[in-house]
Amino acid sequence: MGLLEGAFEEGVITTSLEQAINWARESSMWPMTFGLACCAIEMMATGASRFDIDRFGAGAFRATPRQADLMIVAGTVNYKMASRVRRLYNQMPDPKFVIAMGACTCGGGPYYKYGYNVVKGVDLVVPVDVYVPGCPPRPEALLEGLMRIQDKVRAMRHLTKGQPLDNLVPARTGRVKLPPELETLEKANEFVKRNKEAAAPGKA
Amino acid sequence: MPLAASDVRYVEPPTMGLWEKLYLPAIFEGLGTTMRQMLKPAVTQQFPEQEPKLPAHFRGVHRLNRDEQGRVKCVACYLCSTACPAHCIDIVAAPSPWTDREKYPETFVIDELRCIYCGMCEEACPVDAIELTTLYDLTGLSRQEMLFDKEKLLSVFDQTTTAGTDPARTGRGRLGPASEKTADVRLPNPQ
Repeated sequence: MGLLEGAFEEGVITTSLEQAINWARESSMWPMTFGLACCAIEMMATGASRFDIDRFGAGAFRATPRQADLMIVAGTVNYKMASRVRRLYNQMPDPKFVIAMGACTCGGGPYYKYGYNVVKGVDLVVPVDVYVPGCPPRPEALLEGLMRIQDKVRAMRHLTKGQPLDNLVPARTGRVKLPPELETLEKANEFVKRNKEAAAPGKA
Repeated sequence: MPLAASDVRYVEPPTMGLWEKLYLPAIFEGLGTTMRQMLKPAVTQQFPEQEPKLPAHFRGVHRLNRDEQGRVKCVACYLCSTACPAHCIDIVAAPSPWTDREKYPETFVIDELRCIYCGMCEEACPVDAIELTTLYDLTGLSRQEMLFDKEKLLSVFDQTTTAGTDPARTGRGRLGPASEKTADVRLPNPQ
């Protein structure tokens, strides 16, 4: 864009095709209606007027996977449903994204140990992009997850076919950060070593 | 017991008068409700800019409390991991390097993905070492980053207490009501 930047009069914006596609894609993330259990109630609340997922362009809940970009798996996935989840995921057009919403979907939740019929995390069935924990998560948390999906879309390259970058710079998320002594792996290893030395029982 | 004929009540549907049969008054009534809602102020929260006001007892991300010397308060008694209905707390205890307790947690890992934020760990803890904060919008891109270890849980404590969103609820530095030093347990701040 360097050559064309500012070459035209005011009101004309130049951009790369990639950025334009990414911008269009991130601001029209159409989710699929995929309420499986109680988290769906919170997903509906997110779509309603108080939280209003339409502000992010993701309010058009589609009843068919062919028209959807985003699958918000909201609720307990049991083994009978798992094959259907996979099938619906396969029917979605690329690029497709998955949000695992709620404790049951993320990792089995309270059914982790004794639930004989519950999939221990939907990432065993479909690749999950963003995990939103909670039982159920607040609507704000779901919006936060949606924003992370949008971050991911913004980072897509090679005419949006490539994989998103590894180190994303979240626009707003990541409030819980590691303290400075744990920032890098080396520092963290040092820290753990120091801790262990300090914790070694003294010679009696 | 068989149902007697006298127990059964037959109800006729109410007959509609001319006013109801016209249907138009009902339509205008509905339109009026819509118009009235349009004139009212919008209820939408502009979320990323406008933070929601959550009640002080909202249960979000966990934290491990520090005592006055900055050490972890936990005494590795396993009560929280026993009480946890989702079995998401994993503790490895080690002999404590300090004199005021026998054990301390060498590792303390909470799987935030599996946790259902019920607050039972907080209730079970005898030394008020684990608490739930009002951080409500935790999301993660991978399973690994959502396993919160001891350092991360302590950093949540630092963050929430310095930011002032969740002040320490127990007298900071005291081990709490179940430990030996129960002489003057300070009441939590009334904010």
